[in-house]
Amino acid sequence: MLSIKNLHANVEGKEILKGINLEIKAGEVHAIMGPNGSGKSTLANVLTGNKSYEVTGGEVVFDGKDLLDLDTETRAREGMFLAFQYPVEIPGISNATFLKTALNELRKYKSLPELTPREFLERIKEKANILGLDETLISRYVNVGFSGGEKKRNEIFQMLMLEPKFVLLDETDSGLDIDALRIVSDGVNVYKNEKNAFLVITHYQRLLNYIHPDFVHVLYKGKIIKSGGKELALELEDKGYDWIKTEEVEIDKA
Amino acid sequence: MTGKEFYIDNFKIFQEKLNGESKSFLNEIRKDALKSLSELEFPTNKVEDWKYTNVTPILKQNFVPAVNASVPKITEKEIQSYLFQDFDCHLLVFINGLYSEELSIVGQLPKGAVAGSLRNLTKENPELLSKYLNKISITDNAFNALNTAYALDGLVVVVPDGIIIEKPIQVLYLNTNDKENVLSLPRNLVVAGKNSQVSIVANYRGAGEKIYFSNIITEVFADENSIVDLCKIQNETDDSFHIEKVQAIQKKNSVFNHYNITFGGSITRNDINSRLDGENIETHYYGLYMVNGKQHVDNHTFVDHAKPNCMSNEVYKGILDDSSRGVFNGKIIVRRDAQKTNAYQQNETILLSNKATIDTKPQLEIFADDVKCSHGATVGHLDETSEFYIRSRGVPQELAKSMLIRAFANDVIETVKIDPLKEQINHMIFEHLHRVEIKTE
Ligand SMILES: Nc1ncnc2c1ncn2[C@@H]1O[C@H](COP(=O)(O)OP(=O)(O)OP(=O)(O)O)[C@@H](O)[C@H]1O
Ligand SMILES: [Mg+2]
Repeated sequence: MLSIKNLHANVEGKEILKGINLEIKAGEVHAIMGPNGSGKSTLANVLTGNKSYEVTGGEVVFDGKDLLDLDTETRAREGMFLAFQYPVEIPGISNATFLKTALNELRKYKSLPELTPREFLERIKEKANILGLDETLISRYVNVGFSGGEKKRNEIFQMLMLEPKFVLLDETDSGLDIDALRIVSDGVNVYKNEKNAFLVITHYQRLLNYIHPDFVHVLYKGKIIKSGGKELALELEDKGYDWIKTEEVEIDKA
Repeated sequence: MTGKEFYIDNFKIFQEKLNGESKSFLNEIRKDALKSLSELEFPTNKVEDWKYTNVTPILKQNFVPAVNASVPKITEKEIQSYLFQDFDCHLLVFINGLYSEELSIVGQLPKGAVAGSLRNLTKENPELLSKYLNKISITDNAFNALNTAYALDGLVVVVPDGIIIEKPIQVLYLNTNDKENVLSLPRNLVVAGKNSQVSIVANYRGAGEKIYFSNIITEVFADENSIVDLCKIQNETDDSFHIEKVQAIQKKNSVFNHYNITFGGSITRNDINSRLDGENIETHYYGLYMVNGKQHVDNHTFVDHAKPNCMSNEVYKGILDDSSRGVFNGKIIVRRDAQKTNAYQQNETILLSNKATIDTKPQLEIFADDVKCSHGATVGHLDETSEFYIRSRGVPQELAKSMLIRAFANDVIETVKIDPLKEQINHMIFEHLHRVEIKTE
């Protein structure tokens, strides 16, 4: 579904991604772990087309299309979704207006008719229910006055509403208490199927207890320096990143 | 003949037109003002308060005072598209500043309450008027003198003690003329008695082929415990000129909410002044201006804290596109006696183009020692991270920008108390800025 080859990217002239290679197939869940500043969010931003990040090399193919050629909204309409590490507040625009606008844009792109107000409401009810969200939230302004946890939950709610093919979760677990973590993970698991795929960015193994990754990758200084199964996450939790860094240095020397 | 001489000269014609009306108390006021007009110069950029606003384009034209000009025939049907709809209100219509009895629909008012025209009330109840008219506002400059010299018509609302006018009063000031450049001179007076309440929507609109000049004075007297909402929405034609001075005097425990929303006008200048003459007064100023092309909008506000324990809060927001220009000057005086004053002021500007500019200046003069005052000004562009967030959900860039414009304007729109009015203001924002509309719900 998503094939990243030798991806390089700069932020403000500084190289942050230094040759990322990653193959993600439909039905798979990949986790990316790595120390602060290693480039995890940068990767998420590059994949979703944030213009502050400049791609300097490599290619990304998404469902047979050259992803890097598409603007942000087209990527979204093609099925790319990012649950933001820091969701944005939009006063004056209700969640309902926001979601209806987005949903109708996606449907227009697929030549589907707009949802009727009733269909829209039913979908909202159904999805809100999965996440145990208060329905009044839908009439509130996008993320305004939401607690940190509510904002993260709202990201997953948007995911359920928009039904993307490829989902990037950027530290969706941070700031969540245990209950919220389980609810959010349930939301992801309910949605997960053979046709979609996930790239989960996290610092903590605990999320991966709920969302089981098929692969775990370690991003360090803009490169994936180690990949493995979910046991790698446990090992990282246990030992931190130092042992891999040392391995890496040895590889470099060799 | 220059602007000033032209207006002085026209005064004779005006006086002849008045016939019997020239014997009123008002005519003494007019004659004094004419004298001031002959003595005063129109402000130039050398005057500090007019530093950023050049009025030469206004003075280059000779605008015929509406009462001396031809009167356009406007039908009830024609005014519909200018009215704010979907809420129950009393309606007063002024065409080029002159009251139109036929087009106005004033419903039943509580006993003693008045919502009518200055011209009629000068005849019907001069005693009432003379207590307030021209006693609240003083002549600051030649524009004020010009308004007063020709003071003939305008809105008069008088709410007796203890009376609440339930329905808002919508006042349509429609300026339109296809034959000559007209000077429209509404002279408004709002008097709210003790424990009274009134809400006014002042709806300034323009049409017609000729340019015009609206030069307005609005006097507001808010007596003890009264609540006055004055919501001005200005959508003059883009090549016309609009100057208004609002002067309010507030007595103890009163609340004055002033909304100042600007869409139209080639040059717009608002002076919004309140004197807080009592304790426990609240004053709220909300401003929103969305301009483009070569429009110039200048808002000067002045809150004069004269007594202790009052609060004023001011939020002015501007969205400037193309080569438009904004000016904001927020003056707050806290006089020596005005201890425990809370005064806040915020001016935020979004520039949608690199050619748009804003000059913003707070002007705080604080003579009391136990006060809380704050002010802030920000100037920026639409936030790129927010835009990215919205687009990442599949929303096209133009729509994302519209959402952010709406989000920016929200602080002000949200405070408007009449819900259908909010929606219509929302619509006007996108219409005026030529952007995709976001319908909010
Ligand atoms: N918009 C930006 N402007 C400037 N520098 C940036 C920007 N975004 C990222 N960077 C820099 O790029 C580097 C990688 O940042 P990134 O946010 O991708 O790290 P991360 O792995 O997500 O870290 P964290 O675990 O703290 O979220 C950091 O040095 C960061 O300061
Ligand atoms: Mg990050």
